[in-house]
Amino acid sequence: MASETVASPGSDLRWELPSRGPVGMYCLIAAEAAIFVIFVVAYLFYLGKSVSGPTPSILALPVFISVCLLSSSLSIHFAVRSLRSGRVTLFLLWWVLTLLLGAIFLGGTAREWRHLIADEGLRIDTNLFGTTYYSLVGLHALHVTVGLLLIGTVAVFTFLRQVRAQHAGRLEVLSLYWHFVDAVWVVVFTVVYVIGR
Amino acid sequence: MSTESMGWTATTDVPRPLVERLHHWVTTVDHKRLGILYVVYALIFLVVGGIEATLMRIQLIRPHNAFVSPQAFNQLFTMHGTTMIFFVAMPMVFGFANYLVPLMIGARDMAFPRLNAFSFWMTAFGGLLLYFSIVGGYGLYGAGGAPDVGWFAYAPLTAKTFSPGHSTDFWTLSLLVSGVGSIGTAVNLIATILCLRCPGMTLGKMPLLAWMNLTMAGLVILAVGPLTAAQLMLVVDRYLGGHFFDTQAGGSAVVWMHFFWVFGHPEVYVLAIPAFAFASEIIPVFSRKAIFGYPVMVAATLAIGFISMSVWAHHMFTVGMTSLANTFFVLSTMAIAVPTGIKIFNWLATMWGGKISFRTPMLFATAFLFQFLIAGLTGVMLSSAPFNWQLSGSYFVVAHFHYVIVGAILFMVFAAFYYWFPKVSGRMYDERLGKLHFWLFVIGFHLTFDFMHVPGLLGMPRRIYTYEPGRGWDVWNLIVTIGVLFQSAAVLVFVANLVLSWFRGQPAGSDPWDGWTLEWSTTSPPPEYNYAVLPVVRSRRPLWDLKHPEDPDWKYE
Repeated sequence: MASETVASPGSDLRWELPSRGPVGMYCLIAAEAAIFVIFVVAYLFYLGKSVSGPTPSILALPVFISVCLLSSSLSIHFAVRSLRSGRVTLFLLWWVLTLLLGAIFLGGTAREWRHLIADEGLRIDTNLFGTTYYSLVGLHALHVTVGLLLIGTVAVFTFLRQVRAQHAGRLEVLSLYWHFVDAVWVVVFTVVYVIGR
Repeated sequence: MSTESMGWTATTDVPRPLVERLHHWVTTVDHKRLGILYVVYALIFLVVGGIEATLMRIQLIRPHNAFVSPQAFNQLFTMHGTTMIFFVAMPMVFGFANYLVPLMIGARDMAFPRLNAFSFWMTAFGGLLLYFSIVGGYGLYGAGGAPDVGWFAYAPLTAKTFSPGHSTDFWTLSLLVSGVGSIGTAVNLIATILCLRCPGMTLGKMPLLAWMNLTMAGLVILAVGPLTAAQLMLVVDRYLGGHFFDTQAGGSAVVWMHFFWVFGHPEVYVLAIPAFAFASEIIPVFSRKAIFGYPVMVAATLAIGFISMSVWAHHMFTVGMTSLANTFFVLSTMAIAVPTGIKIFNWLATMWGGKISFRTPMLFATAFLFQFLIAGLTGVMLSSAPFNWQLSGSYFVVAHFHYVIVGAILFMVFAAFYYWFPKVSGRMYDERLGKLHFWLFVIGFHLTFDFMHVPGLLGMPRRIYTYEPGRGWDVWNLIVTIGVLFQSAAVLVFVANLVLSWFRGQPAGSDPWDGWTLEWSTTSPPPEYNYAVLPVVRSRRPLWDLKHPEDPDWKYE
């Protein structure tokens, strides 16, 4: 029998399903969230269990870079909205701003780590605090780096005039990832710099 | 079958050079080819893992045997466990899901075909990485070799101090790599099922196989993440001098146990739920009745998925948790027996009053029902903390989980092989060889795993490479090893049946079982695009509607 005859005749049903991009990204975010949950649990469980070396009291609140990272969620949102309405130049401005804000965050993390390693003597193998701190913050910074590479790639394509309004859906998926990275930072900030200190 | 679709198949059958055909297999993004790759890969590792099991059983056939060294025995049980879970069972269920889900929901491929290929090759290279440890873990120089820390690799045995060389690194990295593949496949399955169903197939009209694989994929996403995180921590400990599981620096070995079993127990259901999916498709067709209690089956599946996330620490009763934690995990573990029991009753009710035909798939499915019941009952026994304190780490536990994985999951996988073989190959398998496989395997399975409970009750610990005579364990170990002979013979018959039928089997036609789900509406094997025109469905059994226009299902659902 032919497969087409499976169709029941005269059905005029409307058939719309969610689009695969966001669904796939939400699933990936769920898997990543599971990874972060384990690292956060480990951080909280090991708080104060170091037998020697520096304690979380040496940490300073990274307020400026946090503001930068959280603002980049807004800028990427405006970028995708501009692209959807076809204003490519405006999109590029917001997009590069997102890239800059993310880069400032990464640079701030680098400065903070240099200070901790050089001035405070806290390395990943110093004590439990060092192990859990660098792992959790580093895992997040790794996600920021991956996001910046993706955003940077899109920026290059935009300079080459390859990005048009029809790509807004795909960049929406990328922006979902970026929002997730920001949301994770809210958790990491709260756990490491507020509760943990 | 329309002449048009025959024409399409004929053009793809033009013989091409071997190199070109192999190249096509390596570069393919077709969900059916990737499904076959997954399953063949799993079959190869099934034989490897089976050989490892056989070597262990030969070693344990009598007391003070010296067939393998204690060091080799440690490597054998580690490799056997890791191989069977990560490189046999997972690729097997992923392979079937890959092949069947798009066909059964009336889609032309998975949602992300290239991600699909990427996931398969990650899993494949993960397995190769694990086995490369035999030469790569400084094995040829005498130190290290294959991993020997057990499949759940408890700390602090995995620390650099106790596991020098690179064998444990290979174990960690291979699970990290294949874990990425597993998450990719899970993402793909969920996106496929939610976004690519054919017109008319609402969630309530999906085949149960799709529902159960959706649940399985959700569990993979929530369970493999923690495993990946734990492996990353182990990598930090081993390579960067971290202290996560370093008890001397304040780290905790129990934390590793929690993190591993947060993955480890949902993993059991990642493997079991696809087996339930096969049962829910095969039992109705061979009973000639629609599945009993479809909505309840869906609800029970979701309940199992949900509860399975909160039972992990029943693997840890002997560690010494608080009595509150013990009570919680006892109750949650016992609670999971309720939705599982509902399923067994639904399958029985489907068979009840049906016109049952005991072809090979149905034989395996029927044995599955009995064996899964027993596996569940010993599970309830072990869920009770005081009983568990007595028997944890004994052969009773080994017998219990092999009853689940072999007696339930592997039996349903065999059933699925025979049931869908005509669709995949276009040819029928040999029914006589199939029945021979079934009876040999049933005998071997029961000889091995029924009698394995006894030395466990008598106090024989798992993972010992030999034992003293005169403890009452000898005869049981002999019987257990004899059972392996039957199982090995059965698997040989199975592989012979597959290979012979693939080349010489009778043509099967598109619908040899008079089935009801969409995959039987296309040719066998299906064309690359599955359906020339996407089907439109109105009920859970679209082919029943088609074959019985006078009495279609959608009038009643």
